[in-house]
Order: sequence, then structure tokens, then C-alpha cells
Amino acid sequence: MSILIDKDTKIIVQGFTGKIGSFHASEMIKYGTNVVGGVTPGKGGQTHLGLPVFNTVKEAVHQTEATTSILFVPPAFAADSAMEAADAGIKVCVAITDGIPSHDMIRVKRYMRRYSKKDKMTLIGPNCAGVISPGKAMLGIMPGHIYLEGSVGVVGRSGTLGYEAAQQMKNLGVGISTSVGIGGDPINGSSFRDILEKFESDNDTKVILMIGEIGGPQEVEAGKFAKENMTKPVIAYIAGLTAPKGRVMGHAGAIVSAYGESAVEKVELLKECGVKISKNPSVMGETVKEILGGSK
Amino acid sequence: MDIHEYQAKKILSEFGVSIPRGGIAYSPENAEFKAREIGGSQWVVKAQVHSGARGKAGGIILCKNELEVAQAADKLLGKKLVTNQTGPAGKIINRVYIEEATQIEKELYLGLVFDRGSECIMVVASTEGGMSVEEISKEKPESIIRSKIEVAVGMQEFQAREIAFGLGIEPKLISRTAEAIIGCYRIFSELDATMVEINPLVISTDHHVLALDCKMSFDNNALFRRNNVSELRDKSQENESEVYAADRGLNYVGLDGNIGNIINGAGLAMASMDMIKLAGGEPANFLDVGGGATPEKIVKAFKLISSDKKVKVILVNIFAGINRCDWVAEGIVLALQKIKIDMPLVIRLAGTNVEEGNKILKKSGINYIAATTLEEAANKAVEALKKLKIN
Repeated sequence: MSILIDKDTKIIVQGFTGKIGSFHASEMIKYGTNVVGGVTPGKGGQTHLGLPVFNTVKEAVHQTEATTSILFVPPAFAADSAMEAADAGIKVCVAITDGIPSHDMIRVKRYMRRYSKKDKMTLIGPNCAGVISPGKAMLGIMPGHIYLEGSVGVVGRSGTLGYEAAQQMKNLGVGISTSVGIGGDPINGSSFRDILEKFESDNDTKVILMIGEIGGPQEVEAGKFAKENMTKPVIAYIAGLTAPKGRVMGHAGAIVSAYGESAVEKVELLKECGVKISKNPSVMGETVKEILGGSK
Repeated sequence: MDIHEYQAKKILSEFGVSIPRGGIAYSPENAEFKAREIGGSQWVVKAQVHSGARGKAGGIILCKNELEVAQAADKLLGKKLVTNQTGPAGKIINRVYIEEATQIEKELYLGLVFDRGSECIMVVASTEGGMSVEEISKEKPESIIRSKIEVAVGMQEFQAREIAFGLGIEPKLISRTAEAIIGCYRIFSELDATMVEINPLVISTDHHVLALDCKMSFDNNALFRRNNVSELRDKSQENESEVYAADRGLNYVGLDGNIGNIINGAGLAMASMDMIKLAGGEPANFLDVGGGATPEKIVKAFKLISSDKKVKVILVNIFAGINRCDWVAEGIVLALQKIKIDMPLVIRLAGTNVEEGNKILKKSGINYIAATTLEEAANKAVEALKKLKIN
């Protein structure tokens, strides 16, 4: 088991024929991911990377029985594509696109409320590295080979910091069940809490590493969820100790604007919830290994 | 993106929110003429810089005749205004706004922001206008009214009325106040704003509802579809290095320390800065060259960091994923052929093909300190800095 994707998951690529979409789709296929086709409006009927291209997501779902999509659509059109996926019955959609206006993301989230829980799409991202279930499937832009298969669930905002964690863990022989990038935007599809909930009910995940950063209430909300609803240990690292208040640190969402949003405050609040803290980013792997050893 | 008060007020009036009569001036003569044109007997001359707390910093001057207006404009124009929000360098005053003085009966606060928790637009209002919202929440938290607006249907009139009644507005001005609140909501949602703040919103002694000061910020990601907003950008109000970086696709924030850093990815950049701090140093900047860390971006990053006089040591930390370390190493070597760096340079590469990358760096003959882990890189940067200080 793993969460969100496994080796059989049928995946379509939205923004399939573009340069970025093509490159990462081929990387995903090389990794062994079950990519079954793609969508580029106006290019339906063509074949790309040996796979069929469709004009609409509905058509792609109908023809390929895909349940999952990944989005490489430019920011101005990405919200529309996410809503199209939701409407076509896609169950998991990973939005890689960086730079989607916040108002658009809010619109997407409101649009998705019309579906019942059973029919509702899980949106991951935007502005994220995607999802990987090592050894099974890769739905993202990460370098697949740095991930070892195992029993640690990883959820984080940043791409490269997530790679750093994966590499540290691999060097220590610690593997990952699924790694999920929820992205650096202020309004995102799935929160830390949403992903923790999925890891809690996944049999293959023993402990969870949460890589957060300054800005927004999500890390602390996840900590409270862990305290009240989880049996599995959660380890966290929060980046941005040196970030000045009121400045955006690269990620649109990484800005301290209220109490509880700085790294120091988040760490304090998470500790209160019983979350273990990795004291610096260089020991994320070690900390996970230590806790994992104890949880067996 | 932030805009000036006078620009924000123009938007307010376009959306039906009343503002006092006023006009912009670029010279003392111009200011005097504007004051005559506006009429009345008292004016305020307001420095137009991207910052709040201008009054306390001497950037807002009350004038009783046209001559005083000219003198006030003369005093402000071309100077740098240092407020508690601008940092010690201050911000240049290139224009002043001349406005008729308003006789105030009541000062209110009105602000709209995104609420990230509920993913709604949040209207925040208070009877304690004139103070910053941080001060209000500390000193008069009971005066704060919050109202979450569901974006799918937008703000309803009753919601605006509730806020107006909550502010204790007299009955005959309720609908005018509600209109002002709805106007702000429309600006927020129709122009892709991330913040609209009127502070203070006043009831004048002659019973008008007026926006006396206004701040607006807009979503940078939405500027592509808001031409009228994006042309309001004033680069003179932004940090020079940050403008340079942004124009070259780099994400840069200047800080006060002396260890410059070049990193790929925002999260890894913040984490590396944390490590510098934990190692006993202070980062000079946040710099994300993007996940890809292309050679071109690395060249630009070296140019930017080495031009910062505070920087005494440079730390490069690149996690190469799809783009392999050997390729990144070639980029670094290329950059160092173009730019001479005469300060200690710590390089840490990680990820795909790290051995090949390190080989390329070693063979190139560049003068650098190699590190393998994040911690080691930070420690070595701080050590190098200490050595400099000893010598």
C-alpha cells in the first residue's frame, strides 16, 4: 500500500504535449508509472510519446479509464484545467504549475465543493513537486532515484527540501511509503492535515515526516489533528527561522503575517501537540530513523 | 505588489468609495497650484511612499495656507522617508499628495485580506481607526469585527450593513458606509487584490463617509491579467537588488547578515539559512535560483550576491534532481570564469551525479571549500568568516 498512487494507477497528463509536460511525462514513464495518455485541447487524435492525446479530460477518462491526472498547464489556464479534471471524474489531480493567482485557487476549491465526498477529487498542489510512491509510481517532477521504498510517509511544501530529506533518509537506509508535496502557495488543494489523515489509515506507513515552513495555519492545524486523531508518530521540521516578518520567502505562501506563523512559534505549538521536532534540516533523516527504530 | 496611496484612492473612487478632494504634485509650485485648485482653507501634504506609519515619521504635514503647502512639498520631495516599516534606508519621496483637510468626527478601521484558514475573504473592521491593526488587536481586541465572505456568491448587502451597525454608525449613514465596504470588497475580488485597507475610514463632522488613507496590495501572480494595476508599479519604492533579481527570474530577499547564499528552491533556501543561523552566522540574503538551477541563473546569482557589500562569505547549496550535479558544477565553473569572487566560497552539491559534479569542481582549479552535508556547509561558511575576522 501507499497513498494516492501505486503501480496500477492510470494516469493522464494535462498539458501533455508542451515542453515541460513532455519531459516529465517521459521521466514518469521511465520510472514505471502507468501513464495512459494526455490532454491538450486542439491536439486530440494525435499520438505523443506513444500514447493517445485527447481534447478534453472527459474524453481521456472515458477512453483510458484514468483516475488520476497531473497538470503542467501554464498559470493562466491551470485553474480551469483543475476544474475540468474534477468534473471529468478524476479522483486525484496533482497541479505542478507555479504562479496560479490566489483568487483562481479559491474558485477551484469552491467549485469542488459541489461534489459529494465520494465523488470529490483530491487536489494536490499547486506549486509543488508532486507525489511519489517509491518503487511503484511517480506523479511529479522529482528525481525518482533518490527515494528508497519503505514505511515513512513524507509530506512537505518545498520540492528541493523534500529531496534533501529523501536523500538523507536513503543514505541511512530509511525508505518512504509515499512522499507528497502540497506546494508553496497560500491556497492549496490539500493541507498537511488532509495528507496526515491519509497516512494514518495507510498500513504501510509507520511514521510521518512533515516538512513545513513559515506562513499560514496549516502545520499547527495538522499538529492538532495528530494529537487528537493519530496513533502514528509525526516528526516535523519547520523552515524559515531567519525569515523576517512580512516578507515573502520565495513561496507565495511563505510569509509571516500573524501570531503562530513564524518558525519558532510553529515549533512551539507543534511540540505542545506531541509532534517530534527535527532540530535542524541536516538531521531530518536521523530523527526519522531514530523514531522509526522505536516504533517497530 | 504594493501601490501608492493616491493610486489606491483613485481606485476607491472608481468603485464608489468617497475620498477627500486631492491631487498629486511633483514640485512645490505644482503643490501650491493644486492646493488652490482643490480650494478650502486647510490641506494635508502627504509623502507618497510605499509604507504605513508615515505620519509618525514626519511624512504628513498639515498646512494652513498655500505657502505652507509649497514649503511642505519642498521639505518632502526628493528626500527619503524613514518609517518603522521602511527599514533604516528609507524610501524616496518622488511625489506628494495634496488633500483638503477633513474635520473628523469618528475614525474607523476597515481591512480586507485572505483568510488562509477558511479560504474566504475576511473583512476586519474596528471603531479604533488610526491605529495599526496590530495595535488594535493588542490594545482593543474587543473592538474588532470580523466577517467572512463566501467568494462564490460575493459580499451581500446585509453583511456590509451588519459591519456598519457593528461600528456604531448613525442610522442615516449606514447605507453610505455599507456601500464603501462593498466597494472595497469589489476591488478585492475584481482586481485580484491580496489586501485592501482603509485606515482611517472617517465620518466627517459634515456627515460624509471618507477614506482618509488607503493601502492596497495585489497578487503578483495575477498581474498578467490586470494591466491597469500592473502599470501602477513604482520600482523606485522597491529594493534595488530585489528588483534586479526579480527581473532576472531570481527570488531574492536582502537581509542583514554577511553570509551570502545561492540555493535552489525556496524551502531548501530557508533551511540553509536556518543552518547558517544555528552554526552561529547570519545570512545576508534569501536567494532561490529556481529548482532547475540553470548555469545562466547561477551566473546572475553570483553577480547579485558579489555586488552586496555586506557579503564576506558565499555559500552555494544546490540539490540537483533532474538536472544532475555535473551540469550544475559546469554552470558554477562557468560563472566563476565570468565573475571574479575574492572571498571564501563554500560549495555543497547534493543529489544526482554528485561525485561527477564534485570532480568537475576540483579539476577546474577554482578556489573553494567543499562540503557534503547541509550542516557541514553552514559550519564551514561560519568558520571561514571567523578566519577572516581574525586575519
